[in-house]
Amino acid sequence: MRALPRQLRLQRDRADMSYLELIKLASPEAVVVITALVVLAVGLTSRRTGTICSGIAVLGLAGAIGAVLMLPRKANLFGGMLVITPLTSLFKIICLALAFFTICLVRSEKSLRHPGEYLAIILLATVGLMLLVGSEELLMIFIGLELLGLSLYVMAAFDRNDARSAEAGLKYFLFGSTTSAFTLFGISLVYGMSGSTGLAAISDKLAAAPVQPLLATGIIMTLIGFAFKIAAAPFHLWAPDAYQGAPIPSAAFIASGSKVASFVVLGKIVLVGFGPVHGSSAWHAMTAGWSPVLAVLAALSILIGNLVALAQTNVRRLLAYSAVAHAGYTLLGLVAGSRDGFSATLFYAATYAITLVGAFGVVAVVRGETGGDDLKNFSGLAARAPLLAGCMAVFMLSLAGIPPLAGFFGKFYLFSAALRAGGNYGLLWLIALGLFGSFVSLYYYLIVLKAIFVDQPSLETSSSPDRSSSDLLQQITVTVLAAAILLLGLMPDTLAARILAAVS
Amino acid sequence: MIAWTIYLTFAGAVVLLVFPDVLARWIALLTAIAGFVLGIVAFVRTPVADLAHFMTIVSVPWVPPLGMNYHLAVDGVSLTMVLVTGISAVSTVLFSWDVDHRQREFFFWLLLVVGGCYGVFLSADLFLLFAFYELVIVPKYFLIAIFGSTNKEYGAMKLTLYSFFGGMFVFAGILAAYATAGSLDLSQLVQFHFSPQLQSWAFPVLFLGFAVLAGIWPLHTWAPTGHVAAPTAGSMLLAGIVMKLGAYAGLRVAMNLFPEGFHAWSKWIAVLAVIGIVYAAAVALRQHDLKFVIGYSSVSHMGFVLLGLATANALGVSGAVLQMFSHGVIAALLFAVAGRMLYRRTHTRELDALSEMNLSHALPFAAFAFVIASAASMGIPGFSGFAAEITILIGVWKTYPIAVWITGAGMVLVAAFTLRALVKSFFGEVRMQTGRVSTDADWNEQSITLAEKCGACLLMFATLAVGLYPKFLLDRIMPAVEAMRFLK
Repeated sequence: MRALPRQLRLQRDRADMSYLELIKLASPEAVVVITALVVLAVGLTSRRTGTICSGIAVLGLAGAIGAVLMLPRKANLFGGMLVITPLTSLFKIICLALAFFTICLVRSEKSLRHPGEYLAIILLATVGLMLLVGSEELLMIFIGLELLGLSLYVMAAFDRNDARSAEAGLKYFLFGSTTSAFTLFGISLVYGMSGSTGLAAISDKLAAAPVQPLLATGIIMTLIGFAFKIAAAPFHLWAPDAYQGAPIPSAAFIASGSKVASFVVLGKIVLVGFGPVHGSSAWHAMTAGWSPVLAVLAALSILIGNLVALAQTNVRRLLAYSAVAHAGYTLLGLVAGSRDGFSATLFYAATYAITLVGAFGVVAVVRGETGGDDLKNFSGLAARAPLLAGCMAVFMLSLAGIPPLAGFFGKFYLFSAALRAGGNYGLLWLIALGLFGSFVSLYYYLIVLKAIFVDQPSLETSSSPDRSSSDLLQQITVTVLAAAILLLGLMPDTLAARILAAVS
Repeated sequence: MIAWTIYLTFAGAVVLLVFPDVLARWIALLTAIAGFVLGIVAFVRTPVADLAHFMTIVSVPWVPPLGMNYHLAVDGVSLTMVLVTGISAVSTVLFSWDVDHRQREFFFWLLLVVGGCYGVFLSADLFLLFAFYELVIVPKYFLIAIFGSTNKEYGAMKLTLYSFFGGMFVFAGILAAYATAGSLDLSQLVQFHFSPQLQSWAFPVLFLGFAVLAGIWPLHTWAPTGHVAAPTAGSMLLAGIVMKLGAYAGLRVAMNLFPEGFHAWSKWIAVLAVIGIVYAAAVALRQHDLKFVIGYSSVSHMGFVLLGLATANALGVSGAVLQMFSHGVIAALLFAVAGRMLYRRTHTRELDALSEMNLSHALPFAAFAFVIASAASMGIPGFSGFAAEITILIGVWKTYPIAVWITGAGMVLVAAFTLRALVKSFFGEVRMQTGRVSTDADWNEQSITLAEKCGACLLMFATLAVGLYPKFLLDRIMPAVEAMRFLK
């Protein structure tokens, strides 16, 4: 009789402890959620609260970064639902930083009528990113994906006065919800075959039994959702319209944060969860597994992305197709399946995200001044705004892989990791394709730079006097991002060594 | 100390962005002179014996997990190339003294090219070398597309894409070496024995990639259009040093890393080189535009470099290095006269139009410089071209005697097109007493400026000095070449 209450009390204590633990370990996410709610509340009070809201949002993000830094080095809750490792902490910080820069871009976006709501949705999307990064359990990953996805659909369609924005949102939503359905079905199949949704447990099961057709179907369907998120061909069809039509901060966030987090979690799923069914994508020795699936996605993305980008005249569309191509390069590291390869993929995805936020920042300024983002709107930018032109040159050349910028080191790291991992040059075919793609890509990046540096201005710019303060913020943001790309190119070790140490 | 050529040049490029436009050319000149003086001092003060092997000057870990080091080294070959880079840089800045718009941008891109070239010549780490090599590509695009002339956007894009196309093969070759040997350090890689099977495909990939930049036939077509489209400074840099990057890197990386692959493929390189020499000379004979003549003559002379490399003996390869120096100086001088001295005043490069202008009387100094350059280009004894080409041909005689005969015929063609261009441009028969020149209102203000004279004198001095006393360079080149392991 006396033992029972004690046992109950003990159980309650344990539950208390784990709740406290949970709050501690999930504090970054909690901080961001609370910030989002506060921003939403403040935004409802008045329409002219844009500055206050973004101030609060920035503070919240800074607080979340602080909370990430306070996290323990390693923790694992509820069978992988919330995992903390140096890798997840590093990428939570990167996602928060990307959200911060996106918010810097929001400030000058005049078309957004409800900045409070918009900022709150960005913050919720950021929570989605952090859940994705910090989870090794399929259900949790799916919840993260959906939270991220739903926020991004709204963000893409946020500009109510612009039909293109509505189109972007609708297309993104239709493609996204369909692929989500595939992913959920795939997850359910994997769960059915392995009896678990934790990645580590799935890995153990897969190692014990041979691959069955149903499981292969499950794996492929799971991968489709991520192929959509990273805009890999042939699941890239939403990208051009979303990049071109969505409000610029939304497009920047879709292109940066969403991609980085998707690569982190895709890497975890295939390397940790599906590790035993790697297969081989070597030219003469292909065997079934996820690696050849990703190899095909990579090859298609590199070819389609680069070749279609050649024909674009709108800079945002061009960036979208180049994003498809870059998704292809980035997949190379995962195809390799080694620790080096994963680390190269993460380095490339992170630097790519920084580059794209910066590039969209420049596009935002040009759009604000000339009312459009076609190539002809960029002509003569070097004479109007030399600093912005220089930054755009940094971004474009980094994407093309020109030293001493981060993209050059990133490509070298990716390709060398893939070549070393393939064994007997098995992946040489994919690397040759990647090299060819980056050769082709220089042409269209140079076309953008030609418009900026060589062409004479063809359009009148509307330099209104009230653009000064938001423009300054935007210029600072873009310059900081360009400096980051240059520094990461000159000293790649600062990030690469951290990622390499964190991937184990 | 020689490493400061790189730092100073890049620092100069950044510094001049901060200052107003009018100061840009002075900062560029100071930077270029500093690099040149550093090169000279290093050349004179380094003991000859030290230059026989690739001597490390700086080695700092860069990306330790991947084995990348910031590793610079120098030997007789690279020091010679540093010297010609310095000479070209100084004269190039002098010959762009009157660039009148967007000066900061112009000299910024120009110094980036120069700094990248110094970097390639001094790198002893494969990744570092490749980074500098690719760094040179894009500034060339802007130099040509913004400041160029005839069909500049087409020429710039073609040149850039060709360079990047070559870079793609270089990338593949470097990856193959890295993935196999697990190191990027050139001094370690030359000790590594790559399997013959790997060498047989990695060598041509790597060498071909580099040779695109050296203007190997049939991938040379970027060179004439690029030279013609480029502003004078651009052509001088392109012909003077950028084309040498390809040949130098082919020698330093491809041939040293994969000696067996090199021996298997060297005869094909020789064949392409000989075709290049003869073909480009024949094409040059038919050109009407003076810059096209010089552009094709560059391809022809770079053919000698490749032929020298293909001999795989110390004499031929040393001759090739000497030819890189010699052609760097001569081509810069030719382009300076054609692009800067003539075109800026006559506004035409058409040989037929020039021949009616009686320019040898109007521009005696330009005529003098062009005669010297032509003589050097034809290989008249006493100029550097002769010393280099005779060394190459002696080397070739040991390996491919038949090539000497064909090349000899090619040299007659070289003499023919050079003389034709010389006669037509400066010593044409005057049919009208009042040519276009004398009626040009600006004419008097456009006599040859001091900056141009200084630049031309520097280049003429260099070609004469090396022509009269090639031992000065060869004493340093030969031991360094003999230490390389691909020699038969």
